[in-house]
Amino acid sequence: MKLTLKIWRQKNSAEKGGFVSYPIDGISKDMSFLEMMDVLNEELTEKGEDPVHFDHDCREGICGMCSLYINGKPHGPQQTTTCQLHMRSFSDGDTITIEPWRAKSFPVLKDLVVDRSAFDRIIQAGGYVSVNTGGVPDANEIPIPKKIADEAFDAATCIGCGACVAACKNASAMLFTSAKISQLAMLPQGQVERKERAEKMIAQMDAEGFGACTNTGACAAECPKGISLTNIARMNREFFSAVVSSDNL
Amino acid sequence: MSWVTKTLSSTLGRKLVMALTGIFLILFLTGHVSGNLLLFKGDGGEAFNMYAKFMTTNPAVKLLSYLTYISVIGHVIYSIALTKLNKSARPVGYAESKASTNSAWSSRNMGILGTVILVFLAGHMYSFWFQMHWGGIPIVNYAGEEYKDLYSVVNVAFQQTWMVVLYVIAMVFLGFHLSHGFSSAFQTLGLNHKKYTPAIEAVGKFYCVVVPALFASMPLYIYFTS
Amino acid sequence: MILDSKIPAGPLAEKWTKHKFNSKLVNPANKRKYDVIVVGTGLAGASAAASLAELGYNVKAFCFQDSPRRAHSIAAQGGINAAKNYQNDGDSIFRLFYDTVKGGDYRAREANVYRLAEVSVNIIDQCVAQGVPFAREYGGLLANRSFGGAQVSRTFYARGQTGQQLLLGAYSALSRQVANGKVKLYPRTEMMDVVLIDGHARGIVTRNLITGAVETHAAHAVLLCTGGYGNVFFLSTNAMGSNVTAAWRAHKRGAYFANPCYTQIHPTCIPVSGDHQSKLTLMSESLRNDGRVWVPATVEMAEKLRKGQIKANDIPENERDYYLERKYPSFGNLVPRDVASRNAKYVCDEGRGVNETGEAVYLDFRDAIKRDGEDVIRAKYGNLFDMYQQITGENPYQVPMMIYPAVHYTMGGLWVDYNLMTTVPGLYALGEANFSDHGANRLGASALMQGLADGYFVIPYTLGDYLAQTPPKKVDESHPEFEKVKTEVKERIQKLLNIKGSKSVDYFHKKLGKIMWNECGMARTAEGLTKAKAEIKSLRAEFWKDVKVLGENEELNQSLEKAHRVADFLELGELMIDDALNRNESCGGHFREEYQTPEGEALRDDENFAYVAAWKYMGEGQEEELNKEPLVFENVKLTQRSYK
Repeated sequence: MKLTLKIWRQKNSAEKGGFVSYPIDGISKDMSFLEMMDVLNEELTEKGEDPVHFDHDCREGICGMCSLYINGKPHGPQQTTTCQLHMRSFSDGDTITIEPWRAKSFPVLKDLVVDRSAFDRIIQAGGYVSVNTGGVPDANEIPIPKKIADEAFDAATCIGCGACVAACKNASAMLFTSAKISQLAMLPQGQVERKERAEKMIAQMDAEGFGACTNTGACAAECPKGISLTNIARMNREFFSAVVSSDNL
Repeated sequence: MSWVTKTLSSTLGRKLVMALTGIFLILFLTGHVSGNLLLFKGDGGEAFNMYAKFMTTNPAVKLLSYLTYISVIGHVIYSIALTKLNKSARPVGYAESKASTNSAWSSRNMGILGTVILVFLAGHMYSFWFQMHWGGIPIVNYAGEEYKDLYSVVNVAFQQTWMVVLYVIAMVFLGFHLSHGFSSAFQTLGLNHKKYTPAIEAVGKFYCVVVPALFASMPLYIYFTS
Repeated sequence: MILDSKIPAGPLAEKWTKHKFNSKLVNPANKRKYDVIVVGTGLAGASAAASLAELGYNVKAFCFQDSPRRAHSIAAQGGINAAKNYQNDGDSIFRLFYDTVKGGDYRAREANVYRLAEVSVNIIDQCVAQGVPFAREYGGLLANRSFGGAQVSRTFYARGQTGQQLLLGAYSALSRQVANGKVKLYPRTEMMDVVLIDGHARGIVTRNLITGAVETHAAHAVLLCTGGYGNVFFLSTNAMGSNVTAAWRAHKRGAYFANPCYTQIHPTCIPVSGDHQSKLTLMSESLRNDGRVWVPATVEMAEKLRKGQIKANDIPENERDYYLERKYPSFGNLVPRDVASRNAKYVCDEGRGVNETGEAVYLDFRDAIKRDGEDVIRAKYGNLFDMYQQITGENPYQVPMMIYPAVHYTMGGLWVDYNLMTTVPGLYALGEANFSDHGANRLGASALMQGLADGYFVIPYTLGDYLAQTPPKKVDESHPEFEKVKTEVKERIQKLLNIKGSKSVDYFHKKLGKIMWNECGMARTAEGLTKAKAEIKSLRAEFWKDVKVLGENEELNQSLEKAHRVADFLELGELMIDDALNRNESCGGHFREEYQTPEGEALRDDENFAYVAAWKYMGEGQEEELNKEPLVFENVKLTQRSYK
């Protein structure tokens, strides 16, 4: 395949960026998208040009490190992570536009690499059960109905890639935040800190500068792990009932 | 900041205001469209004019109407604030976006739809609501009691083609606004449930077609029958 | 140097309890005076950092990824073993211990493995308390499955994403301590070297991957939880960033490297499709429960397949060779990983491989679908089948899957004593980074267990013992040793940037990977290894003359990051070869063709090789020195593994 890649290049967070087009040839349909990027980078290196920087690690769709806004969609045309996208999803002669995630809370560090530490700070605000190591009850002393465990699991599969923020017209992080709030709100282990967790995580989400949800559903439609919008509804419930009943002034 | 203002200035609090005012306005529209059906009665406007008087004088309705004004103003102010916030969350946009593949057009353009509806609303209120309250309006007599003849104002207004076209177009916008707004409000309130959400969505789809269609049929009816 | 494993005396089952009691304690009020550095935030690192912070130590946690949640533990699919015996099927701590020692082909330390089995039960409790959504039965209690050929069901799992859920649990505990101010997080920061003061590890030198700033960090102890070195093969199931740099730098500062040649090759991976391949994807070995492994019976037929003249489904039953079922009638397709991998290699070496490259065998679900129906198979393996189709573009419900072995895990690592301390005092290694628990072969669902055991339940005790004997005085970062190591790191960076050669880093990495895979992979010979050693030496020389690293240090520079890692792999590769050459026997993941039974099975030499080979770095260009830690087996009887 012969392709034209229109890629966002930006030297660092301080400098302005812009698009640069790169023709590329000899791409096989069996390559993954990131392997195609590897080929480009090998060529650029050969020519003495700075390779295109992008985040990636496990390349099996689970670590959440890869990103890229490809042809107007996060992670490209398929509902999967970029590392699992293969070139057979494109045709010979295509022009592929590759942009970084765009959000105030995800500043570009270089080229296609963005800083997603805002997600870490949202989790730090309360995305956990406060138990220390040791001194916990036997695992089977906490029975959990299978259905609830499965539903909590569905929420827990979020990989924190940020595609929801990238897809949302408001750059809202509500799908991400709600997935964790939901998981712990459903499980008995999460009950003790339930109210405080909802209040704190949402406060942190707002403080990071993410937008508000307008229920377009783009986040869930693009989520590579299929996290559902019901999590956002649950988060809203959790939040409203927390603010009216908690004793935090 | 007290917990109330803190909550109402959070993203979720603002959404809550949007949803609650939105639902109230949906209820208002339901009442409004039901009452206006009297236009179809063919009694020369008697029932409609009596209804109009009731709506402008009854204290309970008055209270409701103040709530409606507040809802409209709240809905508008909070939408402006939210839009501003949402725009600032993405200072650099995408060069290419295929949002149409992941979300409905109306859901992404509630601001535009809402703005058009707001402009329409201003004109609509000037034409009828303002005239009813403070305008020079003919008086009619039913069974010895005086009534403002709002019906004749309506009748005159909808003789004009451009007015009718404008109203019908505005109702299309309202329909799209409602097509997202109806179920969205429930989602924001956290009312999402396997059993009820499909029903809410079905009612929403029905509502967003039927209510604007009924509203639009009124100018059309008057235009073609008189 | 005599390697002192510090295994406590006494009966096996009492060693750990006794040892915990005999360990010195740090006074609660004093804990806040101690600083601990944790490098790596996978299962071992995140659990250690969180647990130590909970105890009151000041922790600095480092990872090269953008968030601790990305560590490659997240990719583990199958599950985690624990001797809970919830299924009432005869499991016990001793049985888990026994299975692990046997599975490791009797090359692991008894006491460590027993402790691992002992604390395995606590791990499950801990994870459940954190809210990890393990699979459950309808009654609400935890579900188990049997895994990796174990005869009891002791594996806890969370669909095919157990590693993800466990890591997110540890990450949440870590995040809580970050919020509490007890852990300071350094993401996108790579450890470049260890700093020793008076022979004790007292800090590290790091490079900030965004700004390139080379910085020093001081502490009373340093924990390396940096995973394995499978990427020395270039192609592996490891993450792209997984590397040996932290462990290797520590090795060059005096930490012995143990059993580097023990590599686990996983039999069920998606085959290489071309030269562009950057990484291999594992398909859970649970697939072998229903899939049948086969190749064409004749080379002619295989050639037709490779040329695309016929399709797999065209081959009649009598021309298929279900070689695992044929050779191992009692275990069939469920033979252990090393046996399955080696046999796939054999049939492909005979020319019976089935894809274009000739390096793939079929894993066929035709019969299982016929027997159980497609729905049943979909319910069991749907996500794996989808993943396979996503990557290969083929529908495994209709055509057989193609699989081939790939490097998956490295049992070798930094030598540690019973306390997980390396030969450098104050320097610890946890999880896959150490060598301690899996011997020559790791059993399925044991990696997660070991990572969390080390981090949650071992290091909090053993580190306390060391710190209690270390004065709580702040480690002085202005000590000249910090500046010295920092300068060395900067010089190395400059050296790499100044070569300005003609070949990319990947060029060297791929070449190294090929040498390692061909000569130090599934089957090894003295001749091949000797040849490989010379090739690596010259490749390394070429690297330092001709590598092309663009850009500068003071920026986000992924070529430079890679160059550092590959430079270390080029040194480690040679040590792996030395170790493989030295070990004149076959055991577990180390198979020397010269040492096999007449049936082609691994032939151990317990008399001469029942020891841990711990290598000491002797300086640039010097051969490393072999130190032996004899393995003493008092509780298990050494037998030949047989799966006939």
